[in-house]
Amino acid sequence: MIRGTIFAIKRYALHDGPNIRTTVFLKGCPLACSWCHNPEGLAPQPHPLWSGDRCLGCHSCIRACPRQALQFQAGSIRRDPDQCDGCGECARICPARAHEMAGWQSTVEEVMAEVEKDRPFFDQSGGGVTFSGGEPLLQPRFLLALLEAAGEEEIHRVVDTSGYAPREVLARIAPHTDLFLFDLKHLDPAAHRRHTGVDNGGILENLHFLASHRYPLRIRVPLIPGINDDPDHIRRLGELVAALPGVDAIDLLPYHHSATAKYRKLNIPYPQEQLRPDDTRIDALVERLRQFDLSVRIGG
Amino acid sequence: MNTRISQLRQESFEAEPAISIERALLETEFYREHNGKYSQPVLRARLFHYLCVEKTIHIGAKELLVGERGPAPKVVPTFPELTCHSVADLQVLNSRAMTRYRISEEDIERYQQEVIPYWQGRSMRDRIFNEVPPEWQDAYECGLFTEFMEQRAPGHTALDNTIYRQGMRDFKERIDERISRLDYHHDPLASDRYEQLSAMAIACDAMILFAHRHADLAEELATEEADGTRRQELELIARVCRRVPEHAPRTFHEALQMYWFVHLGTITELNGWDAMSPGHLDQHLSPFYRREQARGSLSREQAKELLSCLWIKINNHPAPPKVGVTALESGTYNDFTQINLGGLLCDGQDGANEISYLALEVADELHLLQPQPSVHISAKSPDRLLKAASRVIRKGYGYPAVFNSDAVVMEQVRVGKTVEDAREGGTSGCIETGAFGKEAYILTGYLNVPKILEITLNNGHDPLSGKQVGLETGDPRGFNSFEALYTAFSRQLTHIIDLKIRVNNYIERMYAKYSPAPLLSVVISDCIEKGRDYYDGGPRYNTNYIQCCGIGTITDSLSAIQTHLFEQKTVSWDELLQALADNFQGHEALRLKLWNKTPFFGNDDDRADTIMQLVYESLFAAIDGRANTKGTVYHLNMLSTTCHVYFGKKLGATPNGRLAWQPASDGTSPSHGADRQGPTAVIKSLSKMDQSKSGGTLLNQRFLPSVLKTEQDLDKLCALVRTYFRLGGHHIQFNVVDTATLRLAQQSPDDYRNLLVRVAGYSDYFVDLDADHQEEIIKRTEQQLG
Repeated sequence: MIRGTIFAIKRYALHDGPNIRTTVFLKGCPLACSWCHNPEGLAPQPHPLWSGDRCLGCHSCIRACPRQALQFQAGSIRRDPDQCDGCGECARICPARAHEMAGWQSTVEEVMAEVEKDRPFFDQSGGGVTFSGGEPLLQPRFLLALLEAAGEEEIHRVVDTSGYAPREVLARIAPHTDLFLFDLKHLDPAAHRRHTGVDNGGILENLHFLASHRYPLRIRVPLIPGINDDPDHIRRLGELVAALPGVDAIDLLPYHHSATAKYRKLNIPYPQEQLRPDDTRIDALVERLRQFDLSVRIGG
Repeated sequence: MNTRISQLRQESFEAEPAISIERALLETEFYREHNGKYSQPVLRARLFHYLCVEKTIHIGAKELLVGERGPAPKVVPTFPELTCHSVADLQVLNSRAMTRYRISEEDIERYQQEVIPYWQGRSMRDRIFNEVPPEWQDAYECGLFTEFMEQRAPGHTALDNTIYRQGMRDFKERIDERISRLDYHHDPLASDRYEQLSAMAIACDAMILFAHRHADLAEELATEEADGTRRQELELIARVCRRVPEHAPRTFHEALQMYWFVHLGTITELNGWDAMSPGHLDQHLSPFYRREQARGSLSREQAKELLSCLWIKINNHPAPPKVGVTALESGTYNDFTQINLGGLLCDGQDGANEISYLALEVADELHLLQPQPSVHISAKSPDRLLKAASRVIRKGYGYPAVFNSDAVVMEQVRVGKTVEDAREGGTSGCIETGAFGKEAYILTGYLNVPKILEITLNNGHDPLSGKQVGLETGDPRGFNSFEALYTAFSRQLTHIIDLKIRVNNYIERMYAKYSPAPLLSVVISDCIEKGRDYYDGGPRYNTNYIQCCGIGTITDSLSAIQTHLFEQKTVSWDELLQALADNFQGHEALRLKLWNKTPFFGNDDDRADTIMQLVYESLFAAIDGRANTKGTVYHLNMLSTTCHVYFGKKLGATPNGRLAWQPASDGTSPSHGADRQGPTAVIKSLSKMDQSKSGGTLLNQRFLPSVLKTEQDLDKLCALVRTYFRLGGHHIQFNVVDTATLRLAQQSPDDYRNLLVRVAGYSDYFVDLDADHQEEIIKRTEQQLG
């Protein structure tokens, strides 16, 4: 039985590919984008999240923890990260949902059972399942099994990826994918390294690989003020995308700070908490991209 | 919207609802003089005739359609023969902050001197409450159920296309012909039929006379009118009123005026619940529109103007003010006139036409409280219709509600109606299914299903009053399995239904005997042929409904007991019962455990949804097929309107973690805040209810406007609706509004007078709702899409 780690399954997802979809979020990401809005998906293994404002002070978690990793200190529950093995007992026992688990192990069958629940909506709207993350390609065996299972069920499959993966993984996945959402973050290698922690060489090669093999592809660019939204960068993006065979559209995803609460639960600072780019600026960038005969959409 | 419509709309908006005592005075005078002289149907018909002759009539400046229930727009008569308001009632109505009805001190005094003394002890309500058994009274007072027929006449009536093909003269001919066929030798009820038919004929005469009085007034106004255009309009009004309802209409204008006179007549004769509804108005008007379009005698804009006039007319007729407990149940001006658009033709073809779209445009432009347009979608309906509806939905008026024609047909065919009659049927009131123009489908009252669990957990006693109100089914600590608890619950349920039906039967016969409705009987098939009244089994189909409330709350409560007491065994009966008795004070950890760690209805989770199915089957078994007094049967339907708020106030803390006095779940929607997986999961949960065995269900979904911005967003909304209907859903409606706006509206109501919201089955102005309803709307889970 093939298992993987996921951290959310979201139904009636409207912006993760065409029509009504269910998005499965696979846990773990090799990138560390400073603006990441799914920080709970970064680490590959499950771990608890903590919302102190919900805590009733009942201490049932302290009693339940099999490794004595929790203590009551200075009016709050403290977790010793060295002791905690992410077993999830605290989240299971906590009545107030002060402890929650980011991530859990799941089988292909379990994920598919959840995905299939919305099959009538997929059938009606032409939607399907989207595998997102984290970086779904980080769990290639699990992802491939999921894609094959969805394919057998005639469910439309989207993979939402950063493109940061070994070529052979991508090549294995691609024939079982009906549409890639390819998140392109920055074209400048140094800036890419600075803001995501990894090089973009392989990403761009993978992008060309998918395009040249005519795998259906949508390019999505998160628009982060001050990082990748300068007109010159947008122009370069336009040139690159317009030159890709079979690609004539680009989606801009303006930064939003809805992840603030997630960082609080993770008890880590939000490296890039900032303002949403303003609409007039977005409009100007859209205009710029349209000059490359690209169809431009705001949001997914 | 042209100047006429914008002016009429503004006047409608500004008119303050008021009470007229004219009808009560005329009626009292009439009863003093004539009661006892005639058979009851003839007495009622003569009263109606007297009202049509004597009542003040009114034609407003700029109006094209004419006729008012009271002496002026938004002025409502009282019906003391059904419920006689006390002086205190009238003073409360005049002074209360919300849904106020103005009435002068002089009128109150006159009411006290002339009306109240006669009707005290004679009104239907007084007689009913004098007769009901004490155990019914106790169950009623503790909020186990409500009784619809205690102050308004049974109603929810909608019409088919008969009145567009036959005038009152034609009806009279049919009545005379039926009288000529009466067989006094072999039909022991022939004399009763004669009285009934004679009463119907009098009602037809009254309608003709009432219209002619309007024609006279219009002519009189025309002679005094300086403005040439208006003079011509008044002359046209006079011609129309001479034509309809005496004869069948020939033009679009006459068709609308025909409907309006019949509407007015039926709501003057009695004050049936949910006023009166035109049914499939677009289908009825379409032949007139097409004919006149072909002839070139009516432009699209003129048709829209006339349709707008009807909309404003309906908005000018607020609900008659209630007294006592029902004032708490639904404090609103809305009288629930519903207009069905789209749907199926009786031959099964798609029923949408140009009037469907015109009507949606009118609803969009006028956005009035009433009427409530609803869009009926079958598998054959074009996407254009649903898309047009979704463009109005996203404006946030709370309408149109969307119904599944195929389900509505199935519900009716299941109970033995012909498929043609079923297709001509639809929904009226909130979501109630009926065969338009051919059925009396009587709503008898709401059932507080979670309250039945509460008394089961208290061995048949109401913990709030301490009284025994049900069966003593045993101390719950003795229930050592879910099955044992459930058996006690379903025994209790059957007992309460028995009690309700027993008194329903009594009230039903009271209406049949003392409050026949001769005019309503004229326009509903087959009252003439049977020679029987609308309230006495005259219609082709006769159905009684009991409306079951709180399926979310009951399912979640049972699921909590099942999960924590019997499966996980981490909570004991003692702990749970103590926490409920304490309203969870000092038991917050337990409350949160119940609230957060229980499978709840609305999440597409079979653990909860199978419990919903179990309860639904028990309700069905206890209600469906029970005999009424007309030789026909009861069915159930699943709506709460605003009664879940009243029921919540009568309900202590519940095992799902809900605090005492908070609203129960509305309609068939999940408990507030219990649905945590988005709208597709809600729809999947709802689709596990075999809705075709009901007479309607109600699903509220609230969306933020931000998720309905683009065309793709609307496509997805339409796909959501279509999928729900493919899965057998009966109805879905959307509230599109953001919380911040609602908070602002609470702070400065005057700035948000036009803010319409959907509250369980109808629309209201947010600022006219009481604080509980406002809070409830704000709390409803926001289905944050995407």
